[in-house]
Amino acid sequence: MSVGYHIVVCGGIVPDPLQTLEPVKGPAGWGLKNELMLPAILDPWAGHALFEAANLAKSAPGSKVWLVSMGPKAKLQQVMMTIAQKVPFELVVLDGPAGGFVEAHEVGTALAEAIEALPGLDKSKLLVFGGWQSASRGAGATMQIVGEKLGIFDQFQGVDKLEARADGTMRILERVEGGSYQESVVAGPPAVLGWATGELPEPPNNPQVGMQNMRLVMPALQKAKPVKIDGGPEYAKVEIPSQKRETRIVKDTPSEVIAKEIIDWLGA
Amino acid sequence: MSDIERQSMDVDIVCVGFGPAMGGFLTTLSRGLTSEDGSPVAESTAMPGMPLQIICYERADDIGAGVSGVVSKARAIRESFPGFEPSQVPLCTEVTHEKVVYLLDPHGASRRQDLLDMKDSLIRAFGPSLKFLKDEAVELPFIPPFLRKEPGLVFSIGQFNQWVGSQIMAEGQAQIWPGMPVSTVLTERGKVVGVRLCDQGVDKSGQPDAGFMPGMDIKAPLTVIGDGPVGPVGRDLDDAMGMPHGHHRRDWALGMKMVVDLPESCDLPEGFVLHTLGYPEPDIFGFLYVLSDRVASLGIFVPSWLDLPVRSAYRYMQHWLTHPYLWKHLKGGKMRSWGAKSLLESGRRGEPWLAGDGYARIGEGSGTTNVLTGSGVDEAWMSGVQLAEGVLELIKAGKPFSRQNLKDTYVARRRVSTLEAEAKIAEKSRDGFGKGFIQGLLGMAIAGYTDGKFNMPGDHRRPHERVPSIEETYSPQLTAEEIKALREECQAKGESLHDAIMDRIGWPKIEYDGEMLISHQDALLLGGKVQAPFGYADHVVFVDPDACRRCNEKICIEMCSGQAITTNPDDGVPLFDREKCVHCGACLWNCSKPHPTDPEKTNVEFRAGAGGLHSAEN
Repeated sequence: MSVGYHIVVCGGIVPDPLQTLEPVKGPAGWGLKNELMLPAILDPWAGHALFEAANLAKSAPGSKVWLVSMGPKAKLQQVMMTIAQKVPFELVVLDGPAGGFVEAHEVGTALAEAIEALPGLDKSKLLVFGGWQSASRGAGATMQIVGEKLGIFDQFQGVDKLEARADGTMRILERVEGGSYQESVVAGPPAVLGWATGELPEPPNNPQVGMQNMRLVMPALQKAKPVKIDGGPEYAKVEIPSQKRETRIVKDTPSEVIAKEIIDWLGA
Repeated sequence: MSDIERQSMDVDIVCVGFGPAMGGFLTTLSRGLTSEDGSPVAESTAMPGMPLQIICYERADDIGAGVSGVVSKARAIRESFPGFEPSQVPLCTEVTHEKVVYLLDPHGASRRQDLLDMKDSLIRAFGPSLKFLKDEAVELPFIPPFLRKEPGLVFSIGQFNQWVGSQIMAEGQAQIWPGMPVSTVLTERGKVVGVRLCDQGVDKSGQPDAGFMPGMDIKAPLTVIGDGPVGPVGRDLDDAMGMPHGHHRRDWALGMKMVVDLPESCDLPEGFVLHTLGYPEPDIFGFLYVLSDRVASLGIFVPSWLDLPVRSAYRYMQHWLTHPYLWKHLKGGKMRSWGAKSLLESGRRGEPWLAGDGYARIGEGSGTTNVLTGSGVDEAWMSGVQLAEGVLELIKAGKPFSRQNLKDTYVARRRVSTLEAEAKIAEKSRDGFGKGFIQGLLGMAIAGYTDGKFNMPGDHRRPHERVPSIEETYSPQLTAEEIKALREECQAKGESLHDAIMDRIGWPKIEYDGEMLISHQDALLLGGKVQAPFGYADHVVFVDPDACRRCNEKICIEMCSGQAITTNPDDGVPLFDREKCVHCGACLWNCSKPHPTDPEKTNVEFRAGAGGLHSAEN
C-alpha cells in the first residue's frame, strides 16, 4: 500500500565542520570564530535526513518533500546551489540566525510555525525529519520541540534506518549504546525522526534535478520570512570539548615498546 | 562514449568557471538585465515568457574555493562597486606600505650565476657599513612605479569570490552551480553551441560504473569560458580553434601560499605588502601581504624558466619562510590554510581567439595576467565586465552572438582598454629570465621604464627542449653514480627525489614546529581539505606511459603540490591519487616530455574533473 508521505525536513546550515569551530564571544554574544569566513554547508545530519526523505518519497508515489531551513538568506542561497542538485524538494526559508547559539525552544517554535503554514500539508501524512544533532553546536532538543509544538508524540532520535512496510506501519532503528539498535514499529505518520547518518550515500549531482529545484528555490529565497529571536539562555562560558592530541616524535623506538604504550593507553 | 544518449537542456547563456572574470561578467550582466521599471530587458529564448536563463558551472565544491592571496590596484573592481569598503569583505584591506627586498642565500645552496654570486659577495662585504644589509637581505630604497599597487587592495581571492557570488545571487538573474565540472565544449559546424557536463558514476578511467549518469548537454546561444589557466574547456577550445599566429603558452608559474595568523611579536602593519626575490632560488619570487585581523597571506612563485628538474614548491616555500629576514616576523605564527595554483604568465602572447561563433573567452585563460605588474585578478575582472557590456549591447539590439558581433562589442572594448595597453607593455617584459636571473631583472626594468618599447631578448623553448637532465644539473656536486643510487633508493621507497637531492647539495633539513613548519601531508590535511567526489574519472592522465617509464626527471612528481603524483615503486609510470590533487595543474606544464602528437603540449593531460582543494580562507 502506498501512503504518499508529506515529509518535512528541518535542516540548518553550519560552517564547514571539518574546520575547527572554536567558540568566541563577540559583541552580539557567543558565536563561532571565523564563522563568516568559513564555507557554509547543510548540516551533515540534516543532509542525511534529506537524502533519506528523497529516497522514501521516491518509493512512495504521491509523496512530497519540503526543506524548511533557518539561516541567513545570503548563506542559505550559496548552500542551496549545491543541495539543489542532489534531490528534489521544495524550499521554505526562514531568514534568521544560524550558528548553534540560538535557544532551541525559539528555533523549534519558528520551525513548527513554518511547518504549520505549509500550503497543502496533510498532517495525517506528515513525517518530520531532521538532524539528531547539529554539527556546529546543538542542544539536541530542537527536533523534539518541533514535534511537541506540532502535537506529534511518536518521536525517534538517532535514526539510521526507516523501513516503510506494505501495511502502512514503519520499522525504525535508533542508535543505542555499544553499536546496538533499538527497533520500534510505529503505526504510521505523523512522526518525528531525528536522523543519525542513515544508510544512504550522498547522491551525485544531477543538473536536471538542480534546474527543477532552482526554479522554486530562487522565489523561496526572495519570499524568506524574517525570524526574530528574542532572549534565550545566557552562556556563562563556552568551550570546545577537551580533546587533547599530544604528539611526540620518537626515533629508533622498538615496536614492542610502541605496542606496550598503545596497550597502556587503551587500558588507561 | 559519444553514442550514449544524453539529457539536454537549453539555456540562454552558459558560463564555465566562477572566478574573478566570471564575477565581473555576471555582476555587470545581472545589473544590466533589469530595466529601470524593474522588468527584464529581454525574454528567454530557451524558456519563452521567462527572463534570460543564465547558468554558471563551477568545478570546485564552493564558489569561494579560489587559491590566491592578492594584491591589486583593484581599479576595475572598484568601478564595479562604487563606494566599495574593504571591510565588506572578510580578509580585505587597503595597501598601506610596500617593500621590495632582495634576499641573500644564508645557506649557499641555491644555484646562482657567477655574476650574482659576485654581487652577493660585494653586498656582504660592504653592506653592513652602508647600513642597508640586515638579516641577510637588502631592502630596495624604492619600488619601480610599474610594480607599485598603492592605493590598492590586499585580499583573499576565496573570500572575495564568496562575497561577489552572494552579490550576484542576490540579484537573482544568474545561477551559479558549484560542484559541477564541465568536460568539453559542444560544437556544430565550427560554432560553439554549448557545453557537456562531466559523466558521473564512472571508474577512474572514465568507463561506466555503478550509478552511471552521462553528463548532460547544456545548449546555449552563448558560451562564456572563464575556467582559468588550466581549465580543460578553454584548452579544449584551443585545440579545436587553434591559437592565433605566433601565440603560445610556454610561460607559467606555480604559486604556493599559506594564510597565517601572525605572532603577537610581529609588528608588520595591516596593509603591508612585501615582494621578495633572490631566494630560495634567485628567480623564485615571494610575497607577504598583511590582511586584516593580524592575518597574512604569503607564499612563493616557482617559474617555468627555473631550469631545475628537481623543484619542490613546498620545500622551497619552507626555506623561504625560514629566511632570517622573514622568520623574525613569522616565528611563533600559525598556518590557517594552504594552497597552490598555476599562473599562466604568457599574458598577451598566450591570448587565444577571444571570441568566435557562439562563444567568448575571459579571464586568465584568455591571457589577462600581467607579468610586469604582477597582477591578474583586476585584469580578469575587467575582461568579464567588458564582455558583459558587449553582451548587453547585443541583447538590447537583438543581435546574435556571432564571431563578428562579439568582436565588434567585446573584443573591440578590450582592445581600446587599459587592460590591452598594459598587456602590450608587459608582453615581452620577462623574456630575459629565460636567459638568466640578472638578464630577467634588466629586461623587466627596461620594459617597465620604456613602456615596453624596448625589451631584453628571451628564450621561450618548450619544457622538453629546455629542462636539463638531473645529472647535468647537479654536476659536479653529485656524480651520475650518486644520482643513480639516490633514484633507486627513492623509487624503492616510493619517495620523490627532491628531498634526497636537496639534502645532499646543502639545503638544511626543515625543523618542523607543528604550527608553520609541518610536513607536506599535514599541510594538505590542516590547510584545507581535498574534495574528490566519488564516481568521476581521474583528471590527470599520462598520455604515453612508455615516455614516463623512460623519463628520468619526473618533474610531475617533484612539482606536485599535493603529493598526489607519486613515485611508483613497481613501474616508471607515476601513480596518481585524486584524493590528494589540489587541481593546481603544475603537472600539465612542468612535464619534460612532449605529447606524442602535439609538441606544444606535454605528456600529462589535465582533463575535466570534480573537486580540488576546499580551503576556507584562501
